[in-house]
Amino acid sequence: MKQVVVLSGKGGAGKTSLVAAFAVLSSMGSGKNSTVLADTDVDASNLELVLSPVEVESREFRGGQIAVVNQANCQGCGLCETVCRFDAVRLVSGFPVVDPLACEGCAACRYQCPEEAIAMQEQVAGRWFLSDTPYGPLVHAHLEPARENSGKLVSLVKQRARDLAESEGYEMILIDGPPGIGCPVISSVSGADLALVIAEPSLSGLQDMRRAVEMARHFQIPTAVCVNKYDLYPEGWEKIRRYCQQHDVELLGNIPFDETITAAMTRGQPVINYQPQAPASKAIEKIWLAVRDKLSRLEA
Amino acid sequence: MIITVASGKGGTGKTTVAVSLAAAIQADLFLDCDVEAPDADIYLKPEIQERKDVCLLIPEVDKARCAGCGICGEVCQFHAIALMGEIPLVFPALCHGCGSCALNCPEGAINEVPRILGLVESGPTPEGIQFARGLLNVGEPLAVPVIDQLISWKSAGDGQVEIRDAPPGTSCPVVASLQGADYALLVTEPTRFGLHDLKLAGQLVRELSLPAGVIINRDSPRGVTGVERYCRDQGLPVLLRIPLERSIAEGTARGRNLIEIHPQYQQLLGGVYDKILGQQRNSFPAAGPGNAGRREKT
Repeated sequence: MKQVVVLSGKGGAGKTSLVAAFAVLSSMGSGKNSTVLADTDVDASNLELVLSPVEVESREFRGGQIAVVNQANCQGCGLCETVCRFDAVRLVSGFPVVDPLACEGCAACRYQCPEEAIAMQEQVAGRWFLSDTPYGPLVHAHLEPARENSGKLVSLVKQRARDLAESEGYEMILIDGPPGIGCPVISSVSGADLALVIAEPSLSGLQDMRRAVEMARHFQIPTAVCVNKYDLYPEGWEKIRRYCQQHDVELLGNIPFDETITAAMTRGQPVINYQPQAPASKAIEKIWLAVRDKLSRLEA
Repeated sequence: MIITVASGKGGTGKTTVAVSLAAAIQADLFLDCDVEAPDADIYLKPEIQERKDVCLLIPEVDKARCAGCGICGEVCQFHAIALMGEIPLVFPALCHGCGSCALNCPEGAINEVPRILGLVESGPTPEGIQFARGLLNVGEPLAVPVIDQLISWKSAGDGQVEIRDAPPGTSCPVVASLQGADYALLVTEPTRFGLHDLKLAGQLVRELSLPAGVIINRDSPRGVTGVERYCRDQGLPVLLRIPLERSIAEGTARGRNLIEIHPQYQQLLGGVYDKILGQQRNSFPAAGPGNAGRREKT
């Protein structure tokens, strides 16, 4: 079983549109029942908007805890405020008040409190879902705004996808990654067989692609690049090409600027279904074949 | 006056709006809080003059003093220190720097040593805006300490205007970028993705009781109409529409701000700022300056 994660560094580069199109391609012909889909952008999970999922299972995600003070036992000594490094505890008229957004859940205050007046309380931080789509099962999640532990929820989504793939004999897990290079992204690439970075040929797209490639390589994940809207800024595309050449990163393909992608998204469909003959669809098909090819070469 | 430009969805044009607004109103300070993928420097071209490492204090075990009791591992909520045989082993990447292990060690065998997570840097732009940004080191998971450090390192004085460019999403790094802000400027696009993620961002600013307004980027007659309806229902003013135009996409790809692409944005963005000030004056007192976000500056 192979895990492919699509990343970008910069948000809005086209990760979700690409993964949705890959999902369709993976389900065609002999590929039926071959792929489990996982959306690890738990802050802003958009894959569900284009894959027409039907929910099969939904569970609460408890992650992250916060300190809760039992005022009846509190003597107002203020030690909790002193030891908190996150400025989350403040004495208000002699008694500690915890700011739930600032609380890191470290429990330092709980262990220092001489009256044992502080308990740690787990929070409901979101939900995760298993859904059926026409292209295979989808594991996705919603993290509530302002919650921590998105990395933990990403790990849970991936674990569910892996369990499903292993128990039912799927060949591949296709992961829609979050933007950036921090905690949730690191969780999403861990254990992947290939990280495909989708880049935009803008100066910012180039800068963010480099950081995404460096991050994936830092964790020894085989990495390849494809370019979206490659014809929008030819000099930018040339810079990406040269970067890939110099750093020995394979450039698997280029998607032209094609309004069909936006139109498909507006209709809630993968672009491959919406207009299979569109230039973007054709380009994505080529990239998908290159991904499959790259995976088999990595195995060899 | 601190304005944080945020979005939920990535790639909606936060940075384009933030740098263009800063240029239009000659902001005093610009903070790039997207420490995972910062790009504002491309547009603002600052001359960096100051740099500082961002460190987290992590435990170091004095083996001579350690009695192997394992309390450090029991109190650590992040599995960053654990007994391996008789000696605790530290996993630096998991440590949140809370110091609880050191406080709880009965032998006083844990010292805290700084570990570098990234850096903050600062300098003026050619237009005289003070610029600062944070940069998370590649491979490091924790963005929030870098954002916190950036915000406490440079801040606008009384009567000054500070523009912050936030990372995408709605979780802790975005909350950190909104701390102490007076206003959240949400940038969206009229697509299903844009609308879905705008709703999450809207929920976030409501939880923080922060006055907010919306800029619709890549506006097109073919876009989804739900964005306007959502804004109306939520009482979120639409402050500006930026049309979907190839010339803008090409210009921003080369690192040009909106005013450099179309000079009329000088006036349009000035108008946005006036509307923000008007909204500020009319907003309810609980959402006044300094009440939003995780904590107040001390």
